[in-house]
Amino acid sequence: MDRPIVQFQDVSKRYPGTEALKHATFDLPRGKIIGIIGPNGSGKSTSLKLMAGLLQPDSGTVLVDGEKVSRLVARKVAFLHETDQLYGFYRIGEMIDYFSSIYDDFDTGKAREMLQFLQLDPALKIGSLSKGNRMRVKLVLVLSRNAPLLLLDEPLSGLDPMVRESIIKGLISFLDMERQTVVLTTHEVEEVEPLLDVVAALKDGTVFKVEEADVIRSEYGLSLIDWMKQVYAHTR
Amino acid sequence: MGEKFDANQPIYLQIVQKAIRQIVRGDLKPGDKLKSVREMAVEYGVNPNTVQRVNSELERMGIIEARRGQGMFVTDDEERLTMLRTELMDGQITQFVRDMRETGFSDEEIVEGVKRYLGLEQH
Repeated sequence: MDRPIVQFQDVSKRYPGTEALKHATFDLPRGKIIGIIGPNGSGKSTSLKLMAGLLQPDSGTVLVDGEKVSRLVARKVAFLHETDQLYGFYRIGEMIDYFSSIYDDFDTGKAREMLQFLQLDPALKIGSLSKGNRMRVKLVLVLSRNAPLLLLDEPLSGLDPMVRESIIKGLISFLDMERQTVVLTTHEVEEVEPLLDVVAALKDGTVFKVEEADVIRSEYGLSLIDWMKQVYAHTR
Repeated sequence: MGEKFDANQPIYLQIVQKAIRQIVRGDLKPGDKLKSVREMAVEYGVNPNTVQRVNSELERMGIIEARRGQGMFVTDDEERLTMLRTELMDGQITQFVRDMRETGFSDEEIVEGVKRYLGLEQH
């Protein structure tokens, strides 16, 4: 087997007043679409930021592609933030050019192709876009990087069904599964259920299960949601 | 997308079953080329790995075959496809008969019932 793309070794992370991760130890496999699921405050977002090098663990080690995470990990990681990171005064096309100037692995051809697929006009100003279109632009910016690890923080959150569908289709159409792994967080499992290969379930700052989605369905005969309910009940 | 899956069953199996039905019904004919993994993934709204798994399963069953550099095709082996049809029918009948017997119907009643039902349907 290939080396895992992400490895958490006894990782803890505290914020004032709360412990976001407690001795979390888990591996995430390569070449998959992986969903980190769990209730609010279970440490989903913190885990993602640790993978992206945006946070440092208080103790323990996070490895991405076998390398200890630091600010330099940005070369290997493309991160889609839940909050907005786009400059409103840029046009979509300028945003693409800006990204291609900061990231060596940015594929401008792919970005143009994706804009067309998602029916986004490069001449539009970012500031004038609807919420759905901003998310589409963010997806283009993340997927156009040939980074081995793509992190999507709540990519479907607060979007209407049409936009969700186009985001999911865009992801499937342009992801390079031979070379890329996607890790996404969601609290809406139903929406992404058919998309996920692997589920990592988090509770109270600990990842207690990393399992293949189809194994959950065949061995437990459960939907991911029912499985979640069951696992969460057992660990109480 | 618009594809709805039963959330309690492996998605790859559900797509395998859909594909088999398409072939048995003749929507896909012997020797027809299948869509690419990517196209199928987008169409079903599932992960490309899932479609990959569907293809290996169908290939293992001898229903589709890879042609070097050209993609996947429905097998030309008519015998295999006839067998598949029979297998599918036997599977459905087995299930139906088991349910009927469990509900307390005799074999004669089942045969009568099916004949009557089909007779009514032909009106």
